[in-house]
Amino acid sequence: MTEVTLTPIVETKPWSRRLREQIRYYVPTILIAVSVLVIWELAVRLFNIQQFLLPRPTAILDELLGELRQGSQSILVEATFATLYSAIGGFLVGCGAGVLVALITARWTVISEAMMPFAIAANSVPIIAFAPITNNWFGLTNPASKMAIVAVIVFFPTMINTVRGLTLVEPRQLELMESYAASPWKVLRSLRIPNALPYIFSALRVASALSTIGAVVAEFFGGIFFYVVVLLVERWVMPWHVSFREPS
Amino acid sequence: MVSLHTRRVCRGTTCRAPTQYRRLFYISEILGQIMAAVKSAAPVIAVRDVNKIFNAGSEEQVIALQNINLDIYAGEFVSLIGPSGCGKSTLLRLIADLLQPSDGDLKVNDKTPHQARLSREYGMVFQAATLYDWRTVTQNVQLPLEIMGYPHHIRKHRAQEMLELVELGNFGKHYPWQLSGGMQQRVAIARALAFEPSLLLMDEPFGALDEFTRERMNMELLRIWDRTGITVVFVTHSIPEAVFLSNRVVVMSPRPGRITKMIDIDLPYPRAFETRQQPRFFELITDVREHLREAHGF
Repeated sequence: MTEVTLTPIVETKPWSRRLREQIRYYVPTILIAVSVLVIWELAVRLFNIQQFLLPRPTAILDELLGELRQGSQSILVEATFATLYSAIGGFLVGCGAGVLVALITARWTVISEAMMPFAIAANSVPIIAFAPITNNWFGLTNPASKMAIVAVIVFFPTMINTVRGLTLVEPRQLELMESYAASPWKVLRSLRIPNALPYIFSALRVASALSTIGAVVAEFFGGIFFYVVVLLVERWVMPWHVSFREPS
Repeated sequence: MVSLHTRRVCRGTTCRAPTQYRRLFYISEILGQIMAAVKSAAPVIAVRDVNKIFNAGSEEQVIALQNINLDIYAGEFVSLIGPSGCGKSTLLRLIADLLQPSDGDLKVNDKTPHQARLSREYGMVFQAATLYDWRTVTQNVQLPLEIMGYPHHIRKHRAQEMLELVELGNFGKHYPWQLSGGMQQRVAIARALAFEPSLLLMDEPFGALDEFTRERMNMELLRIWDRTGITVVFVTHSIPEAVFLSNRVVVMSPRPGRITKMIDIDLPYPRAFETRQQPRFFELITDVREHLREAHGF
């Protein structure tokens, strides 16, 4: 009988080559970011634009460094932490609830029918109208009032996306589970939840940006920082996903 | 029951099961042989007067299968062949209990298909490899064992054994996307065999592969069939593939889906690449093609 030999299609690369590839992959991104800043700086200087219309990036950096040097006495630093605190708190509560409700609805469809109106209602609450109410509930200075608003904002996109990910499973993959006579719990754990992860994380990315807006003061740096944290967690949880495959 | 085929699988390779399990293997092996002797007279799959009608009673009513009678015996390699719409995949799904017949009677290992599915009597391979992206190759192969509650070390051992059987022993830690289409399908076969089912159901498993890879996979499959002694039901629309692999080809025709002919393939096993050049191979191909045409009336 003829034996068939196979050559592996994936060769292992030495770390030095891998590093070089990584650098080459990120160089365009860095170049574009830097050139945008340079053009901005030059434009302000060349056209003599007033400071209060558009400040120079270097001026902004100066100001920021000055604030940071003051440490905990800085109003900016203090405000940033206050916002991040309510944003992260609300994010955790809202997204947690969103994922939880989605899991329950995917497992028991009857509940999904009953829960949907509430979810839609939560989403259609105008934040401007809702803010005074939560202030009354928890007290104006209580961070819980801001957290409640953030939680309401992030709840809906998280839940809808998670439900989508849990239900949009390829029929063949379900048939495979069926052929093994797998229990509904096993199907949920080994198929539906991993299948939903990309959806959940795209919801969390949106929610991370929304949450800082919801915390009323949309600090640019706080927002970016939070987004990056979500991105890193995503990478860590789903290394197998298409979006993280090595550039080749 | 579980380790019924263990010795067969291990034959030729070195069986690396820990000694305390080996004794268990032998005992169940003897039991298995007794059971096999009792069973051998009865068909593994018995299909009696089965009809399958989709959307019965409505305007879109389709008679997918009409009056199907088929017996498949232990150790056979049977191909179901026919043009699309002839119900060959439907028949396979009825055997697998993924669909229910409209009427008639099906038996798999003397049980209803439902009981057979619950007691995991068959492994299934689809046209797409259907591997889970988030699992490595070895984790994919371990999936059925995980569902069946095997402890971790047995799962690991079995998965490696199966991957070696499909000649992917070094690819356990890879993710599915890192493998070619043919290799992915090998993993799917390894996964279907991992829990040692007595029956392998394959739904156009090589349909998406190129001709060369397909012929190579055909050889692989025959080697695995020979080594495990498993019964195979194989759905295909390729005449050479059906003739090359099977000891019996079931010709089906559409509208309504029915069996029009059964052809015994008397080419000797083991079959090799040279088999495809034998005059008898071509005769049989012509024979199958004639019957397919006859059913269509042209």
